[in-house]
Amino acid sequence: MLTNRSQVVSKKEMTLIEKMYLPAIFSGMWITFTHLFKKSATIRYPEQTREFSGIYRGQHVLKRDEKGAERCTACGLCAVACPAEAITMVSAERKPGEEHLYREEKYAKIYEINMLRCIFCGDCEEACPKEAIFLTDRKVDSFYTRKEFIYGKSILVESKDSPIDLTKRQTPDVKEFKLDKHYAHNQTFDKNKKTKVGGHH
Amino acid sequence: MELNFLIYKVILVLIVFSITLLVATYSTYAERKIAAFLQDRIGPDRAGPFGILQPLADAVKMFMKEEMIPSVSNKILFIIGPGLCMLTACMTGVIIPWGKSINIGGVDYPMQIADVNIGILYLFGVLSLGVYGIMIGGWASNNKYSLLGAIRASSQMISYEVAMGISIIALVMTTGTLSTGEIAAQQTSWHWNVLYQPLGCLIFIICAFAETNRAPFDLPECETELVGGYHTEYSSMKLGLFLFAEYINMFISSAVISTFYFGGYNMPLIGRWVHDPNWLAILGFVFLFMKIVGFIFFFMWVRWTLPRFRYDQLMNLGWKVLIPLSILNMVLTGTWMMRHEIMAYFSK
Amino acid sequence: MITEYLFYLLSFLALMFASMVVLTKNPIHSVLYLVLTFFAIAGHYVLLNAQFLAAVHIIVYAGAIMVLFLFVIMLLNLNKETEAHKSIWLKGSAVVASGSLMVVLVGALKGAETIQTTNTFNANIGLIENLGMTLFNEFLLPFELASILLLAAMVGAVMLGKKSIK
Repeated sequence: MLTNRSQVVSKKEMTLIEKMYLPAIFSGMWITFTHLFKKSATIRYPEQTREFSGIYRGQHVLKRDEKGAERCTACGLCAVACPAEAITMVSAERKPGEEHLYREEKYAKIYEINMLRCIFCGDCEEACPKEAIFLTDRKVDSFYTRKEFIYGKSILVESKDSPIDLTKRQTPDVKEFKLDKHYAHNQTFDKNKKTKVGGHH
Repeated sequence: MELNFLIYKVILVLIVFSITLLVATYSTYAERKIAAFLQDRIGPDRAGPFGILQPLADAVKMFMKEEMIPSVSNKILFIIGPGLCMLTACMTGVIIPWGKSINIGGVDYPMQIADVNIGILYLFGVLSLGVYGIMIGGWASNNKYSLLGAIRASSQMISYEVAMGISIIALVMTTGTLSTGEIAAQQTSWHWNVLYQPLGCLIFIICAFAETNRAPFDLPECETELVGGYHTEYSSMKLGLFLFAEYINMFISSAVISTFYFGGYNMPLIGRWVHDPNWLAILGFVFLFMKIVGFIFFFMWVRWTLPRFRYDQLMNLGWKVLIPLSILNMVLTGTWMMRHEIMAYFSK
Repeated sequence: MITEYLFYLLSFLALMFASMVVLTKNPIHSVLYLVLTFFAIAGHYVLLNAQFLAAVHIIVYAGAIMVLFLFVIMLLNLNKETEAHKSIWLKGSAVVASGSLMVVLVGALKGAETIQTTNTFNANIGLIENLGMTLFNEFLLPFELASILLLAAMVGAVMLGKKSIK
């Protein structure tokens, strides 16, 4: 009895009025009639959209730092954390003169997320030690071929001119939570320990 | 004079036919809208303002779709099936009195195509033929589901025709005529037949639901058991004709119910304000149309409220409930009509 | 004039459909041709101004009985493969038997005199009011007897349909 709404089914004989069914039919029809005047629950989609939650997990973004250099160092923690194995990357060493492009000495030459595999769990975001990858409230487009769903850096990295606002999801609390060494299981990537300290799994 | 009369009849037939088709077309729209409103939705609203052009879009879709005839089917009968369905659906509109006659230049022009003195029998004849379209189409598809749907349709129609006929006999006893025009003309002001024949009216309406294959009696096309029923193998406009025939049947049934039991083109009290007979005739048509629209709404309202019958329940209701009730209704009506004679017999 | 042409047209249709009932191989087609034959005959009734008879003919024969026939034949799913093979002797004897029956019928009809109806034909005899008056005054007894016969048949059918009789 979880809801207190369960009713015991009885097999008692129906009375004559019940056998006529007409009262039951009319009461049912009254119920549907009242629904004629109720507000419809429909959202007319392309014109109206539902408001997304601040922490909606949609298409990923690879952030740049304040100077416009890519934060990702191709450490591969996101790929390891990914339960759907949607992320692949190839790392490369930064050449002299590329400091304005990449924040650290190592960077991701190729960074691909297969959007058909991705389950939008957000584990990559949690695993990232460099605050480079985030999920945003953008939706992944639809395409006709499977190839088009493999998003490369050209789509994932945010453009310099229009940086993506993450203030809604990256509140100070979240930042503090990620910095906390105790919870940040990406710091101590030990399988035995992870289950203990993580607390999320 | 003869020629004028002929031209007038042809024009009347064309008007009635086009009104029937128009109403049936917009019934599909109304059905979807009412279904949506009863379920707290919006319904089609993209084609034109409020989706008013949706039936056109549906029709275009139906015509443009690929036409498929199963190679194992009986091709001629497969094509005849939906045509026959449509034909019998359209044939019934002939005997509906759409209004009083309009007097133009001293000549009366009745708003009824054919006021035959066996109107009700004609109606029954056409109704009983309606099942052939479904049966032929269902059998010619050479598909088990179609055949089952066709067989369900035929047995259901035969079963409910009996109760419908007996309930109508009681009506014929009180009105004393088989002509639909006469029945409509008798129900002036408040003398609607529903007040004299409430039980008969109820039985007739229930049977009308069964005859039009509408929910809760839509077993011939019940999706959960028979895929699509008799029109499983149909596609394109042939399917469209089957579906369309159902809406025409619904329109005609509403017209028949209004004419037989709900006063037809009569409206109480209207004679106090309007005296010109021509205006009265036009208003009568409007009133009949309002009643028909009301009944079409009722048909749809029931469809989106009540669940479908199980097959044995359907047969039980038809044979064990409606037929005894209609016979009882007939006997009661007869007794009431003969009450003076019976009283005289016993007081003697 | 028009009625005469209509008579010949309807007669032609009735005979053609009736022969199609026999000639066609598919039993479903036979039933459908029989329905069309009934329509042609109903047309004859209308020509005789017997609208009630025409309507009842359509309702009862085309609308109810033939639907049941169709129903049963559809369920049996008869077709050419399941048709029993008939030997040439059987076919030959069938032709001889039916041919001699036809000879007898033709001979009998040829000898018969055309009955001269004494009373003049009443054009309104087939209308429903007159028919009802005739049935319930002049022919009340046969009418009621027929209804009792039908009732007995119905009761018998119900008894046969019952699974077991205690």
